[in-house]
Amino acid sequence: MLTILFWAFSVLMLAAAIAVVVFRNPVNSAMSLVLSFLALAALFITLDAFFIGIIQVLVYAGAVMVLFLFIIMLLDLKAETRRRLNIAALAGGLAVLGGFAVLITQIIKSLPSSTDHFPTLARTGYSDGYEIGMTLFTDFNLPFQIIGVLLLVSTVGVVTLSRRSLR
Amino acid sequence: MSLMPSLDLFLQPEIFLVWTSALKTFVILGVVLTMVAYSVWAERKVSAFIQDRIGPNRVGWAGLIQPVADGVKLLLKENFVPGGVNKFFFSIAPSLAMIPSILVLAVLPFGSSLFGVPMVIANLDIGVLWVFAVSSLGVYGIVLAGWASNSKYPFLGGIRSSSQMISYELSLGLSVVPVFMITGTLNLGEIVQYQVDNGWMVFPAWFQTGAGLRDMTTESGSMFGLDLGKTLLWIPMMISFVVFIIAMFAETNRIPFDLPEAEQELVGGYHTEYSSMRFALFFLGEYAAMIAGSGVIVTLFLGGWSLPFVPDGSQGWFWGLVNIGTFFAKIAAIIFFFLWVRWTLPRFRFDQLMKLGWYVFFEVALINIFLTAGILAYLQS
Repeated sequence: MLTILFWAFSVLMLAAAIAVVVFRNPVNSAMSLVLSFLALAALFITLDAFFIGIIQVLVYAGAVMVLFLFIIMLLDLKAETRRRLNIAALAGGLAVLGGFAVLITQIIKSLPSSTDHFPTLARTGYSDGYEIGMTLFTDFNLPFQIIGVLLLVSTVGVVTLSRRSLR
Repeated sequence: MSLMPSLDLFLQPEIFLVWTSALKTFVILGVVLTMVAYSVWAERKVSAFIQDRIGPNRVGWAGLIQPVADGVKLLLKENFVPGGVNKFFFSIAPSLAMIPSILVLAVLPFGSSLFGVPMVIANLDIGVLWVFAVSSLGVYGIVLAGWASNSKYPFLGGIRSSSQMISYELSLGLSVVPVFMITGTLNLGEIVQYQVDNGWMVFPAWFQTGAGLRDMTTESGSMFGLDLGKTLLWIPMMISFVVFIIAMFAETNRIPFDLPEAEQELVGGYHTEYSSMRFALFFLGEYAAMIAGSGVIVTLFLGGWSLPFVPDGSQGWFWGLVNIGTFFAKIAAIIFFFLWVRWTLPRFRFDQLMKLGWYVFFEVALINIFLTAGILAYLQS
């Protein structure tokens, strides 16, 4: 059952991701990206990672993409829709992509750990939200706080940059 | 005797889970859709009462069959699609507006238990996050409807709606953080159970086992367990409750925050170009969102299915049914409050709405988190 779900959502996610690039209309692309995020969240949930799956929906599908859509709709779409497909660019892109895929597979195959089977995670009896909280606030407390300060700095930076009339 | 093997099959744990979940889903969907239809009727009756009119009274006794007549009318109208619209997004937008509010119902514990079956469709450990994640998807229906209509007024309505929802989602999410800090869980069922044991979030005075916080037992067993801890925590809870309920008004696009469909400025807002059943889906989606939102308010702050001195479903099926009835009665009370506000208050201006969200509620919710943390630290020391 989980295998069927895995393949269904993987195919959906990849198809939507390809659709993001293929569609000429930016709104179609943005909505395909939302679909891709939702399928990815479903994949997380099939792994019992409910917290990450829901945060994926909440942050990316629910907030970031709404802002994207908001901006796209305020822009002029006509020019983007009229743009034609550039065959040379497409061929070049596919060649680079293929070469990179071969490279990655070769590297992974050459690694000694590539055939190892990883043990399944031990169940602690707590919800995964609890586990993530404990890990973040105990083992990784300092990195967590550093990330918090970084985010604060970037927020202040955005506010400063967006104030055009700053003297 | 030939029935016995098939009965055994139905009682196998996995199959039992499947058919009870399906049954619960259908029943809740039926109940909520009926409530949606009758909240439209209630809206008209309450508005009539407030404005000293009579309201619908022709179809059935006191107009009680009016929702059916409205539904048939909307189904039979011409489903007109204007020229120049983006047909795909124009047709899926109404469904996208309706579905998220229905999905929220999946995690709400609408009763304690009935014959040992817990009365919640999906008992997720992260129930509250599910509510926020799914309801944040509701904005797509409105934004896409506004954009796909290829017309000025719907577009402005859609843009307003997305900025409004993004702004108020912040205060909505932040305002409930104190609830989790006190209960120590994100599971809605456990939050309700905490309120059964310790008193409702907004009214913590009475209850059988008046123990203070979960991990510090004070004078347990008292009937009126109002101790120092509860009294202090009652302050941030009330702030949370007020911020949450106001943000919920903005999330469900209800007056005084129904700017996306401000009639005087935007005709019908995002659904100006819609007719027939597609319009009906937007209309019903708004009421379904209101019911789901009321359900969340009831679950988080008003004790869910619990009533003081009423046992839960483990004491027999009668009490299980009473619990379910209590939950829906509380939702009906909150819906009445929504209607009452709609027909009493005027609409905000759009810049006032945004300023209120960013300058007032966001900060209040943030300060409230620190206040709760401070009180908890003081109580535990």
